[in-house]
Amino acid sequence: MMDVLHFAVLTMLLATAFFAIWFKGLLPSAISLSMFSLMMALEFYILQAPDVAIAEASIGAALSTTIYIFAIRACSKPRKAGGGDKQ
Amino acid sequence: MKPLSLIVRTGCNLFAWFMLVFGVNVVVHGYASPGGGFQGGAIVATFIAFLLVSYGGEKIHSWVNEKIYDLILEETGLLLFITLAFMGLPTSFFYNFFTIPWEAYQQTGRLFPQGTTAIMSIAVGIEVAGALSMVILSMFKGIRLVSDRQIEEEPGHDR
Repeated sequence: MMDVLHFAVLTMLLATAFFAIWFKGLLPSAISLSMFSLMMALEFYILQAPDVAIAEASIGAALSTTIYIFAIRACSKPRKAGGGDKQ
Repeated sequence: MKPLSLIVRTGCNLFAWFMLVFGVNVVVHGYASPGGGFQGGAIVATFIAFLLVSYGGEKIHSWVNEKIYDLILEETGLLLFITLAFMGLPTSFFYNFFTIPWEAYQQTGRLFPQGTTAIMSIAVGIEVAGALSMVILSMFKGIRLVSDRQIEEEPGHDR
């Protein structure tokens, strides 16, 4: 039972790491990195390190994804130099 | 511009408070259970991220004074940590000066928080919560500098 769960988590880890590179859009890539981090937290929990799992889940899955999405949103619309034209 | 749906905003607003309570629980029980200062502080810092999703940046920046995170939380945590480290100085730096003796554990049978480590965990939790909340608020303020969008039209963290 534990081996099946372990194998499934490792497969999901590889799949999410692949999709994080494979997506063209930046937002799906950031979401896929969030899923990678969640699977990483589950893997740490299976390997009996719950301390590291809490740190990975809170930092990797929540905070860094938030910061990535803010950064993507800030890069999408640069302000014009004159500042006048609004569509 | 499409705002997030009502379900997402209400769910994030409801879930943020439970995350706050859970983070404080992880910090306070950090001496004996998994977690500790850094992990609990990071969970507490997700509170402000959920509120940003729920209410949008304009309301949050009008509610929150950033000096609370910057001056009060961060510096309280760091000063508490370094004060506790210096208070053990007649013996050594970081000396655990009010540890509970082993006879008390043998008589009562429950594990007490062992001296300064529990309070240092709380100090680290306060500091990390303030610092990471400050990071998220500063990153969200950075969007405003480059976005042309009208602020009044923003009901949530729209994407």
